[in-house]
Amino acid sequence: MMIRDEFRQIRDNGVWHQNTSLVQILGLCPLLAVTTNLVNGVMLSLATIIVMAISNAAVSSLRNLIPHEIRIPVFILIVAALVTVVDLIFNAQFHDLYLVLGIFIPLIVTNCIVLARVEAFANKNPLLQSTLDGVFMGVGMLWTLALLGGLRELIGGGTLFSGIDMVFPALQQLQLLPADYPGFLLAILPPGAFILLGCLIAWKNWVEARAAARSPGRPPMPSAAVTDGA
Amino acid sequence: MTPTVKTPTAARMALRTAVILLIFVVVFTGLLAAAFLWTQPAIEAAAASEKMKLISEVLPREVYDNDLLQDSLQLAPSPLLGVDEASTAYRARTGGKTSALVFEAVAPDGYSGKIRLLIAVAADGSVLGVRVAQHKETPGLGDYVEPRKDKNKEHPWIRQFDGLSLATVAVRDWRVRKDGGRFDSVAGATVTPRAVIKAVHKALRYVAENRQQLFATSQGER
Repeated sequence: MMIRDEFRQIRDNGVWHQNTSLVQILGLCPLLAVTTNLVNGVMLSLATIIVMAISNAAVSSLRNLIPHEIRIPVFILIVAALVTVVDLIFNAQFHDLYLVLGIFIPLIVTNCIVLARVEAFANKNPLLQSTLDGVFMGVGMLWTLALLGGLRELIGGGTLFSGIDMVFPALQQLQLLPADYPGFLLAILPPGAFILLGCLIAWKNWVEARAAARSPGRPPMPSAAVTDGA
Repeated sequence: MTPTVKTPTAARMALRTAVILLIFVVVFTGLLAAAFLWTQPAIEAAAASEKMKLISEVLPREVYDNDLLQDSLQLAPSPLLGVDEASTAYRARTGGKTSALVFEAVAPDGYSGKIRLLIAVAADGSVLGVRVAQHKETPGLGDYVEPRKDKNKEHPWIRQFDGLSLATVAVRDWRVRKDGGRFDSVAGATVTPRAVIKAVHKALRYVAENRQQLFATSQGER
């Protein structure tokens, strides 16, 4: 049975301390390309949660069979094969969902977060912990991308939840700013994504610095522990 | 890393590692192949129904009374269509007479790769409808060529083509307004509409050049 503290640690690492987008700064390529609105950011994250849970679980259960010297090619093989299988099954069995999530799944194969977590965590930890690590790393990405996508959408076009009708046909996008808002193209284009991501990282560091200043007894959590990967 | 009591020779180690890698490759390739074969029929069925749905968007139901998917002809590859292998065209008929043609054209120069279009052209050479069947354009930016993603729900961008023909639109007007043509585009995302406009224009030229064969009312040709 898993200890409560361990669960909490995995959860907090994934959602905050080791947040993939704000601390590890991994997988920026799909992140920046996709977060032009809130719905896309959430969809990419959901697909990532599925993929990371599955690949962490697979590598964790096979970890004693994989020789150390060739672990990277074997990881890539496992991740790529499983993602493709998930892609095919989604396409065949849940076609409506696939039309919404499907375009994001191939984007994830090239995402180094998956490989980074497989190498840094699943390769050394038991099945349950590894699966949870995959899920919570994805959850950390989910709120970050939702925030980033929401901000970009709001600043860039004055709306929120555009494209929601593709997921829930009954719902409509929200027009938050006046309809004659001219839009701010920079926020939608990649430079805007970099600038806003920088602001989010600064915000996170500020929150942590303030928390550390309030409780001077405890040393601040070391950030940026994982530096490998692209 | 692994602590060994008796160090095996380098060659043995290499061989052992290679065999393990081979086993992994075989197992996962097998898994992949099995998943592919198992999901293939369902994916094809879903693609066919998608296709019919897409066709119904470009082709008004009044224009034909035949079973479209059963009345197809093969088009030889042509640079005007942007395809390098034979493609299928569907013939719409009313009372046996060919009233329109639905076929695929590819815009090779999208912002990120090819954009596949489905075009319906009436017998008089005018566009009945255009839809983007497949694309990889930037979500939220270039993807407004797809009406589902277009913010302008009343007049989606792609409907600008409806009713146009080579006879009514001069060659130099087949461009976005920014380049001196007649088509609207969204600022900051003109690569995608440029590619689509060019592809539609070329497709119409293809139809004009091959009118005789395409609209000949021969029966039973597959």
